[in-house]
Amino acid sequence: MLILTCPNCGIAAEETELSPGGEAHLHRHGPGSSDGEFEEYLFLKENPRGVHFERWRHSHGCGKWFHAARDTATLQVFGTYSAQTTEPPQHIRDAITAARPGWRWRDFS
Amino acid sequence: MKRYSVFAIAREGLRYHQGWERAWRSPAPQKRYDTIIIGAGGHGLATAYYLGKNHGIRNVAIIEKGWLGGGNTGRNTTIIRSNYLQDASAAIYEKARSLYETLSQDLNYNVMFSPRGVMMLAQTQHEVRGYKRTVQANLLQGVATEWIEPARVQELVPIISISGPRYPVLGAIWQPRAGTARHDAVAWGYARACSEMGMDIIQNCEVTGIDRDGDRVTGVQTTKGAIACDRMGIVVAGHSGLLAQMAGFRLPVESVALQALVSEPIKPCLDVVVMANTVHGYLSQSDKGEMVIGGGADGFNNYTQRGSFHHVEETVRALVETFPMISRLRMLRQWGGIVDMTGDRSAIISKTPVRGVYINCGWGTGGFKSIPGSGWAMAELMAKGEPGPLAAPFSLTRFREGQFIDESVAAGVAH
Repeated sequence: MLILTCPNCGIAAEETELSPGGEAHLHRHGPGSSDGEFEEYLFLKENPRGVHFERWRHSHGCGKWFHAARDTATLQVFGTYSAQTTEPPQHIRDAITAARPGWRWRDFS
Repeated sequence: MKRYSVFAIAREGLRYHQGWERAWRSPAPQKRYDTIIIGAGGHGLATAYYLGKNHGIRNVAIIEKGWLGGGNTGRNTTIIRSNYLQDASAAIYEKARSLYETLSQDLNYNVMFSPRGVMMLAQTQHEVRGYKRTVQANLLQGVATEWIEPARVQELVPIISISGPRYPVLGAIWQPRAGTARHDAVAWGYARACSEMGMDIIQNCEVTGIDRDGDRVTGVQTTKGAIACDRMGIVVAGHSGLLAQMAGFRLPVESVALQALVSEPIKPCLDVVVMANTVHGYLSQSDKGEMVIGGGADGFNNYTQRGSFHHVEETVRALVETFPMISRLRMLRQWGGIVDMTGDRSAIISKTPVRGVYINCGWGTGGFKSIPGSGWAMAELMAKGEPGPLAAPFSLTRFREGQFIDESVAAGVAH
């Protein structure tokens, strides 16, 4: 079972206490965007076998959203961080680099 | 290849079973093939089989990372049905179901297709309306289903409790010619037939790269060396996204774990398949007597082929309300497989941005039942370079165009 620590309330919450919210750091597109951009936003999700960034909601706890960095092949959790970010903070990137040197995820490394 | 028959059994019985041949060859890969299929699961092997049988394309290699049929083909709950709402889905699943009817004879391999009937319970008023609508749609599509009342449900399934406190059974959609088949045998039967046609099945051979010349595919890099080809089919379910990345395009799929479990074997008590979508569980009894129970999928991306305990708990808790007698059964084992989910929960059988590369993926939680139909449609696409009527609606471009085959609404969870 997956255990993620909610950065908002500090509780180490089990999977059943949380709701997965899909890929993190999506690029949202405004009026005048192309069909291709909307297809990418709605459907072309990152699906890596390895390092992945996701949105989660502590739905049966404090109710707040947060981000998590996780390995989809081993379920190792590299850390959780605030949802009020547009990219992973440095301490999370350092934690991933320590465990998975040379990792890449979309534009981040 | 010697045919299997009652006479073969008698002949071998008289000589200590020394004369059975290997069901398929295990050759080393050649330097080049006309066609390469990546993935020797049910869908990949069926694609190769119908390429040879329907289109005469036999210079084919089927490359498999592990052993054939060792992925989702060996990890499902073996249910075959075609009672879908959308026309495109009903067409391909009914094609598959009808091919299953004669598959044992066609392959000369007993796939143990058992048209025992599949029942989907309506346990809310919403489901009653939804399934009555599906029955009407199926009537127009030529799929034989009927709406049955609770008394008939009780007659067909004596162990069910139709007056459950939380989710009483209000009726069901019943497809009498749906059922189950032996999942491994489907892969083995297709593999044997492919091998007999001269195709090479190369196991323990992982694809590490896809070679291109401009926008055209030229071959694959594998752990057993480079293999050239003109035409390639990617048929790898959960790992489709990784293969697409090697080929240089993106797919609208996310991979999640789906799990199932079986109980200890008991005496025969259930001779149909029962699906209860409101409570996220489905139940049938295997020939060995185990109760086969399918559960839910994870809501997050996952490549670990194992389940999680809380899904088992949720599934069993719900099923015990509908089938009180299973409460004292012990669990024998549970397992998980990686399924590739698309945005509209329907498959992709399509050309790709790379010329010569075709993809068959996105079957999500409904892959096993579609194997013959999927292989049939994929073979037609690969042989002609253009999709036939079965495959056309399942194109990769439908997500950009908004032409969804929206089974996430029609099929609920137990797709």
